[in-house]
Amino acid sequence: MILEMKNISKNFDGLEVLKDISFGVDHGEVVSIIGPSGSGKSTLLRCATFLETIDGGEIIYMGETAAHTDGSGNAVYVGPHELKHFRKYCGLVFQQFNLFPHYSILKNLIDAPMHVQGISREEAEATAMDLLRKMGIEDKANAYPFQLSGGQQQRVAIARAMAMKPEILFFDEPTSALDPELTGEVLKVIRQLAEEKMTMVVVTHEMPFAKAVSNRVLFMDGGVIVEQGDPRDVFDNPQEERTKQFLRVFER
Amino acid sequence: MTFSTMLSTMSSGMWKTFLIFALTLIGSLPLGMIVALLRKSRFAPVRGFIKAYISIMRGTPLMLQLLVWYFGPYYLFGWNIGNWRFPAIIVGFVLNYAAYFAEIYRGGIESIPAGQYEAAEVLGFTKFQTFMRIILPQVVKIIMPSVTNEVITLVKDTSLAFTLAYQEVFSLAKQISASQTSFMPFLIAGVFYFVANYVVEIVMARIEKSMDYYK
Repeated sequence: MILEMKNISKNFDGLEVLKDISFGVDHGEVVSIIGPSGSGKSTLLRCATFLETIDGGEIIYMGETAAHTDGSGNAVYVGPHELKHFRKYCGLVFQQFNLFPHYSILKNLIDAPMHVQGISREEAEATAMDLLRKMGIEDKANAYPFQLSGGQQQRVAIARAMAMKPEILFFDEPTSALDPELTGEVLKVIRQLAEEKMTMVVVTHEMPFAKAVSNRVLFMDGGVIVEQGDPRDVFDNPQEERTKQFLRVFER
Repeated sequence: MTFSTMLSTMSSGMWKTFLIFALTLIGSLPLGMIVALLRKSRFAPVRGFIKAYISIMRGTPLMLQLLVWYFGPYYLFGWNIGNWRFPAIIVGFVLNYAAYFAEIYRGGIESIPAGQYEAAEVLGFTKFQTFMRIILPQVVKIIMPSVTNEVITLVKDTSLAFTLAYQEVFSLAKQISASQTSFMPFLIAGVFYFVANYVVEIVMARIEKSMDYYK
């Protein structure tokens, strides 16, 4: 298991956003999380990537515990230094890309490897150029984010996350801010990563994509995982009434 | 008194005006950043103190503040500080301008989207690295027009040192004008301030242009 999240609970001002959620991700697995907005999908991702702290439960990466619940029922995290070690395991691609606008594309990719991981410039640049080539945007290395289309920016964001060599890559609605015609180029890149057995968790509204690429689909609603399983089962033969209801919307 | 004597007498004042200007910037630009950061401190008393400080600095005339800094030590505490005139001016200007710069910085810092912090956090940057590498460079670009405004105001505000009888351009212009019954010193002072601000505009425009490479 790359990641195990056990009995995760999370409240925002008394509102229960995640209710006792448990799920795991195996090496090389692609997991899609679908569900209506406000169902807690993004919050789950943000907890997994340590942008939000859980209130209760366990987060385990590569068999190492990053957070657990103590005797009084409160979540306890490892210290800041160890947390840095856990952050290395995971990468996150945002809906809004969040590239650094004052950095060139290349610098967006090499800055963290150099200044967080202490990798030499030569090595970081070599890795970055490989990634840009893979994303089909190596000619943009010296451009700035504002000069790129949304689809290109998102591919840079994926490359930036990959440059840290994470064990698992999370995507928070990676195509929701894109025009339909730009969505394809980003999904193609994610599909390519899936073929290379990159471990990924993708929160998405792109149902055909989720069905085609993922090994497992989680349907979330109201802070719980309503249904999960093989994408063919979940999409073609959902068991729960709530899942059927949700999927029907996409058929129209 | 000939025009050239007037000019050379006033040039010593120009140097003093420049000193106030330069020292105020050197002191208040960084101090403003510290104030802006303290204003977002986790400790409520610190935040309260900083808010009160900014409020007082912006809510009372700089001229009055200069008088307080100059006469305050004696009238309040009975201290007689030697050569206090110039230091009092600099303290007054730096503390006043730091308050204005702090508010400009705060506006800039708050306009950076949360996504920038989150992206940096996920990549493993420390809080300090995030601020220095990601946030600050973007803030500088955003606040440049407001800073330019403030710097131009400062050039003109240096004339307030006249209140403490410090012999900068404006004080000298007034003295020479009275003693020589001439209007010329005021014209010279006016041209001096205008040219100084013209230089400020050119320099600031250059700095802004140097950051035009991204949006």
